[in-house]
Amino acid sequence: MSILVYTENWEGKFKKSTYELLSYGNEIAKMMNTPLIALTIGNVDDNELKSLGNYGAEKVLKISDPKLDVFTSKSYTKAIYEAAKAVDAKVVIFSNNVSGKAISPRLTVKLDAALAAGVMHLPTSTDPFLVRKRVYSGKGFADYELNADIKILTLNTNSFEVIENHKDTVIEAFSVQIADSDLSAKPLSVEKTSGKLLITEAEILVSGGRGLKGPENWGMIEEMAEILGAGTCCSRPVADLEWRPHQEHVGQTGKVVAPNLYIAIGISGAIQHLAGVNGSKVMVAINTDPEAPFFEAADYGIVGDAFKVVPALNEAFRKFKQGS
Amino acid sequence: MKVLLCIGHVPDTTSKIKFTNNDTEFDKNNIQFIIGPYEELALTRLLELKEKIGDLNITAINVGPAETEPTLRKALAVGADDAIRVDAEPMDAFFVAKQIAEVYKQGDYDFVVTGKESIDYNGAQVGEMLAEILEFPSISGTSFIDIEGGKAKLEREIDGGKEILEVDFPFVSTAGKGFAIEPRIPSMRGIMMARKKPLNVVAATEAAAKTKVTRFYLPEPKSACKYVDAENVEELVRLLHEEAKII
Repeated sequence: MSILVYTENWEGKFKKSTYELLSYGNEIAKMMNTPLIALTIGNVDDNELKSLGNYGAEKVLKISDPKLDVFTSKSYTKAIYEAAKAVDAKVVIFSNNVSGKAISPRLTVKLDAALAAGVMHLPTSTDPFLVRKRVYSGKGFADYELNADIKILTLNTNSFEVIENHKDTVIEAFSVQIADSDLSAKPLSVEKTSGKLLITEAEILVSGGRGLKGPENWGMIEEMAEILGAGTCCSRPVADLEWRPHQEHVGQTGKVVAPNLYIAIGISGAIQHLAGVNGSKVMVAINTDPEAPFFEAADYGIVGDAFKVVPALNEAFRKFKQGS
Repeated sequence: MKVLLCIGHVPDTTSKIKFTNNDTEFDKNNIQFIIGPYEELALTRLLELKEKIGDLNITAINVGPAETEPTLRKALAVGADDAIRVDAEPMDAFFVAKQIAEVYKQGDYDFVVTGKESIDYNGAQVGEMLAEILEFPSISGTSFIDIEGGKAKLEREIDGGKEILEVDFPFVSTAGKGFAIEPRIPSMRGIMMARKKPLNVVAATEAAAKTKVTRFYLPEPKSACKYVDAENVEELVRLLHEEAKII
């Protein structure tokens, strides 16, 4: 019996979200009194793999197979399936990101398991297995009961704290059989929007709305993001008007984010927008309209003209950063 | 060619939600139901492809009780050719995927499109589960699709970029933002024609749900917003640092 965590790597490196995932898995391993095992696919050096032991992994299974150099949901599901079987995994945990979302439902079918996608908290009980997740795009929550021998969870980024828990981890090579028929979707090319912070992983987000009047006014938003080490995002009308790329749209039909700090500038706060951001720990609204619904959801508010407030605030943030 | 398009029947995005029966059920009172926003984009793009390649039959499918039929009729009014309703309460994602897989096997479809995520349960599971049941490749969160020379070309968003893929038929694609730009709305003529298009009701196949919601909750009400004077923005920086301890 074991708890298996799929630790994705990005060009051989792990991210903070990887350690969040392990810390989460380790707490479940404690609840179920069973070892925590990490699984990686690809070329990661032993030093990096050893770092997984700092967050509770007793063993790291390492799959290196040139057939898995390109990601397809079918081939990755097969590889993880074989590992889960080999270690008799009772709970398999993924990050609720692009690959986790693609693999976890397939693996659920293959393992005859039960899946809860996008969890943010530890299970409240492991027998019956009860875990809470967001529903109605953040307008509500629900307790899910998972009724299968094997449970699969995908954890939202930024929702669980990293907890150090040192184990002398053992690295073990694990081989899998991948058939060509598992690789029938062929990637032709990849375009990276590199250097930019992923908005689903950023701890601080500076977000702009239609109140900013045009794409030429985003300089001060980007400046604030730079001072704070934050990501930038926007409301739906801004993406629809093509002032900003669609990848930056947050809200019910865009990306759902939950940073520590969300600063909404010139965003009125439509229910669809709030649904996508109300998992944020602290929200700040800056708007000329004192009746803007965002003020009802925000922790802090400034009623005022963004074109005056934001430059002044940037100055204040800069002073604060230099002083600290 | 034939495509099976899974249509979600979900509360309008502007809905304020409530729960009932000791918080074990969603309160459908005063809720307007719509085609899921991603499925609406999917339908729009499939209609564009139909116009481009000529030969593409679009079958809209929903697993649900009779009350979901107006949503399927709307898909027909927008331009789907025919519709199937699997007559069952959608118990969970696995149950729904099993039903759709069964319908797929009964027809001579070439591929399946679903929305990437429903906006009610936010499961993001049906498409991928269906692909695994049928042993098809799956491309999730697709932001573009084209069909040319017997192959499909798709684009999907990945962490920090996008990927362009080529895939052989059959496959499952789950549609995300960008699949189409502006969703099509039904024309008067479309609404008239939809009445005559076939909407077949089929019985559900045996499948066990693996998950169950035991209780719903509304988010905790937020404490009142603390206002900072626009002339004194340093105060906000102080509050974020000393009170919220977030910077």
